[in-house]
Amino acid sequence: MSEGAYAKPLPEPSRDTKPYWDALNEGRLVIQQCAACGKLRHYPRPVCDACYSMDATWRQVSGRGRVHSWTVAHHPFHPGFKTELPYLLATVDLEEGVRMIAQLRSVAPEAIAIGLPVEVAFERATDEVTLPVFRKAG
Amino acid sequence: MPLRDKAAITGVGETAYSRNSGQSVLALQMRASLAAIADAGLTPKDIDGIIPYGTSGVVAEDFATNFGIPDLRFSATTPMGGASCVAAVQCAVAVIAGGICRHVLIPLGRNGASESRIGSRVRQLPQFRMVGEFEMPVGALAPAQLYAPMARRHMELYGTTSRQFGEIAVTTRRHAGLHGNAMMTSPITIEDHQASRMIADPLRLLDCSLESDGAVAVIVSAAERARDLKKRPVYVSGVGEGHPDSPSTITQRPDLTTFGTAKAAPRAFAMAGMTPADIDVAEIYDCFTFNVLCQIEDLGFCKKGEGGAFVENGALGLGGRLPVNTHGGLLSQAHMAGLNHIVELARQLRGEGGATQVPDAEIGLVTGYGDMGDGAVAIMRRG
Repeated sequence: MSEGAYAKPLPEPSRDTKPYWDALNEGRLVIQQCAACGKLRHYPRPVCDACYSMDATWRQVSGRGRVHSWTVAHHPFHPGFKTELPYLLATVDLEEGVRMIAQLRSVAPEAIAIGLPVEVAFERATDEVTLPVFRKAG
Repeated sequence: MPLRDKAAITGVGETAYSRNSGQSVLALQMRASLAAIADAGLTPKDIDGIIPYGTSGVVAEDFATNFGIPDLRFSATTPMGGASCVAAVQCAVAVIAGGICRHVLIPLGRNGASESRIGSRVRQLPQFRMVGEFEMPVGALAPAQLYAPMARRHMELYGTTSRQFGEIAVTTRRHAGLHGNAMMTSPITIEDHQASRMIADPLRLLDCSLESDGAVAVIVSAAERARDLKKRPVYVSGVGEGHPDSPSTITQRPDLTTFGTAKAAPRAFAMAGMTPADIDVAEIYDCFTFNVLCQIEDLGFCKKGEGGAFVENGALGLGGRLPVNTHGGLLSQAHMAGLNHIVELARQLRGEGGATQVPDAEIGLVTGYGDMGDGAVAIMRRG
């Protein structure tokens, strides 16, 4: 592998999920929304489980939320993560009502608690892929 | 109840468990299956249904070919990760009660230590598609990391402690030391558990199950056939599977502290006409200690949030209020995706439990747990 090559697993966006990843790559967090009944759903998928419509739009959301739960990863289950151990993974309730999991930066494991306010940020992995991360809300 | 006691476990077989079997997965599964067939007093050509484990790479045709089965009538897989084996029992009972099969073989085997470890296995499963796209890239890669937020949420909501997880590890290890076919036999203490390295907080090394080589097989037979076979039948009185809310991803689940087990258990108990108070011994899927504690709640042995107190003071040990994992489980016997739990329950109910026999065990329960929280429950009674 050449120097600086990205060594962690990358998403393989499908026709159903590509708009989500494209938006992240532009520094925007979007969540899929049913075009018929307005229900938000995450992760992206073809059908609304409330009204079964297959028409959807993408809504830019605030990126603000609160910690629902978390783990601190101490063991590398993939060699690409070895150098960043330990890292904090937070399950976050977004204000808009869906959840996300992402790494939580700038918070010590001792300081994390349910309800901690956080906001999304963006970290470019490759030219095509940007990953969401959370930071403590400012 | 149309399925109650319509079928029975009539044969069980296992290989030795190790870190390096020196055999192919195919050979391991054939060896365990031949042992189970002999245990039942059947011949391989009596098998007319096969439900292999979906991801082992061994398929029904392999058994038909190796055993020369002339007229296999049924094959299927039940792809629910660690809930697959108990779900396979439900499938077997249904096809037997439907008159399609008489003797169904449920085999499983893997070189989980020497060849294909868990991290590389799960990424290939279609059940992990969403996790693979949205969670693995951010560093939530393996079951320990995916399940840890459930354990953490349980601790924060209910005051559950790591020492309570440790109770499960310590008791399970003690059973493994007595059992005679287990990989980890040296006794451990709560202090050992607390000193073991953190894997995915709050899950420590001694909260995690093993990676193992070996194979297991179980025969499920029609009740009217079971009575004439070699061993005392163990009837399947109730069985059910349950898929949790948000079955593709734990992250989106409304309640992180409830598994599909909570849907399966009432169905299984109702089918059996029994309640948790009837259970003499329980073999509970233990990929991680937390999963045992949470299932004890979901099964109805105590209320949600009371699992921590329930497992304290040796409650899960021999002579305790609910003897659990008398073989040492996935934590200390071997990780055979819970088919080893079904074998152990059958032996307990036959009175073949050896040094970990629960005296006069008549009714027992076995569970499976898999993927993003799938649950399966079977309640069995001695014939």
